[in-house]
Amino acid sequence: MTPITNRFSAKNTVKAAIFFILSLITITQVMANEPEVATTNVTSDSVATASHEESKHEEKFNTSEVIMEHIADAHDWHLWGHTSFHLPVILYTDKGLEIFSSGKFDHGHAVHAGKYYNYKNVHEHIKIVDAAGNIDEAASSHVIDFSITKNVASLLVAFTFLLIIFISVANGYKKRGIAAPKGLGAWLEPIILFVRDDIARPNLGDQYHRFMPYLLTVFFFIWMNNVLGLVPFFPGGANVTGNIAVTLVLAVFTFILTNINGTKTYWSHVFTPHVPGWLYPLMIPVEIIGLFTKPFALMIRLFANITAGHILVLSLVCLIFIFKSMMVASVSVPFVIFISVIELLVAFIQAFIFTILSALYIGMALEKPHHENEHH
Amino acid sequence: MDLVTPSIGLVFWSSISFLILMFLLTKFAWKPITAALKEREESIDSAIKQAEAAREQMMALKSDNERLLNEARAERDRLLKEANEIKEQILAKAKQDAKTEGEKLILSAKQAIEQEKVNALNTLKQQVAILSVDMAEKILEKQLADRGQQEAYINDNLKSISLN
Repeated sequence: MTPITNRFSAKNTVKAAIFFILSLITITQVMANEPEVATTNVTSDSVATASHEESKHEEKFNTSEVIMEHIADAHDWHLWGHTSFHLPVILYTDKGLEIFSSGKFDHGHAVHAGKYYNYKNVHEHIKIVDAAGNIDEAASSHVIDFSITKNVASLLVAFTFLLIIFISVANGYKKRGIAAPKGLGAWLEPIILFVRDDIARPNLGDQYHRFMPYLLTVFFFIWMNNVLGLVPFFPGGANVTGNIAVTLVLAVFTFILTNINGTKTYWSHVFTPHVPGWLYPLMIPVEIIGLFTKPFALMIRLFANITAGHILVLSLVCLIFIFKSMMVASVSVPFVIFISVIELLVAFIQAFIFTILSALYIGMALEKPHHENEHH
Repeated sequence: MDLVTPSIGLVFWSSISFLILMFLLTKFAWKPITAALKEREESIDSAIKQAEAAREQMMALKSDNERLLNEARAERDRLLKEANEIKEQILAKAKQDAKTEGEKLILSAKQAIEQEKVNALNTLKQQVAILSVDMAEKILEKQLADRGQQEAYINDNLKSISLN
């Protein structure tokens, strides 16, 4: 038993070390280029905006702007310096669909003349502008942005990774039959079993197998996106699970699954709670609000935890630029490493919490009447 | 405020991609994986049960063996005892037989000896008679011209002599 755990932890240590070294490389490059920030290309994306700002006006370094820009969604995927992937912009206007590359905006500097309107990227919101370049807010409100943004692209990266990983694991089982798994399967099987035996079974009882696909997908989807968000360079770095839209979608799925599986007992708790009749006008609204607060809490929890992690790491990196001193790096870099390791843990914990609470809520909806047992 | 305003585009794409992902993973990953896990658990379960059954069978076999061994031991003891008895009997019978046979042999030998003795005596008697006659003949050759008369006379005399 001991040699196996030793090997396991040794592998983990190696992986963590690689992660550290990679994060160190990006940060050291930042430090090396720091004195020339105003004039030269900077390799890390965390200072790209700083170089933009400072090269134009020699403005004061605006920390909150930098951080917000990094945790928010974007229409192109910044790689380094002035290099970025131009992702497709898809707009649904009142006249029809518009599809063009985000490169046409030239990072918000240019106006793109589309088929129906002229568009400008104003702080990652696409607005309709008139010939003079003034923003037409009324017309802009009719435009729905379905662009493949940085977060959508990152989502698709996670999508591809998950498919490749789990289909290869499944093929491993097909090949090896019921023999003990090897390689990737040996890594992931304990986690799949953990989801089944510690999340699904205790909360869902004998009906657990019906919800296994959802719980497993949610768990690995959140985990993969959390971890990708911690990788500081392409194809990571997007703040997918720290985006309220994504957590909203996941919470809504849990909400739908909970309520379409609600039993008579579950609904009777909502509409005929065990309280004196005169309390009904108070209790029923409370119970109905309760139906929505649970998924709402799921949404906020995941969003806030992941966003907070990103803000923390970015703030520590920004300290170097606020003080404009290399010495600060000797403090911030170890702190960034420390926080990153904690975030690795948080990535797993948040995936676990989201999944176990989803299972718990669904399990509550599956509740059977208690007194029934006495009759049978 | 941008941070907490979900954008419709991302809601749309994440719903679509999550649903497709769930569908694909369910079909190509979760089902085979959970089936394999279940199958393995069942096989382990049945293996444990089989082992238990085999253990019980072994125990039964062992006690059976013990019983058989004990029976065999008893049988052996009995056979040995019987064989001993038979041996004793055979020995006793043989001794008896030998004794009677010996006695018979001794008896017949005695008889034969007796017979032989009688025969020998008779022969001896005849020989003696012949010798005596010869001697007498030689002695009396001259005196006894009629040999036949003389022999009859001597035989009569010999018969009257008892050697014993």
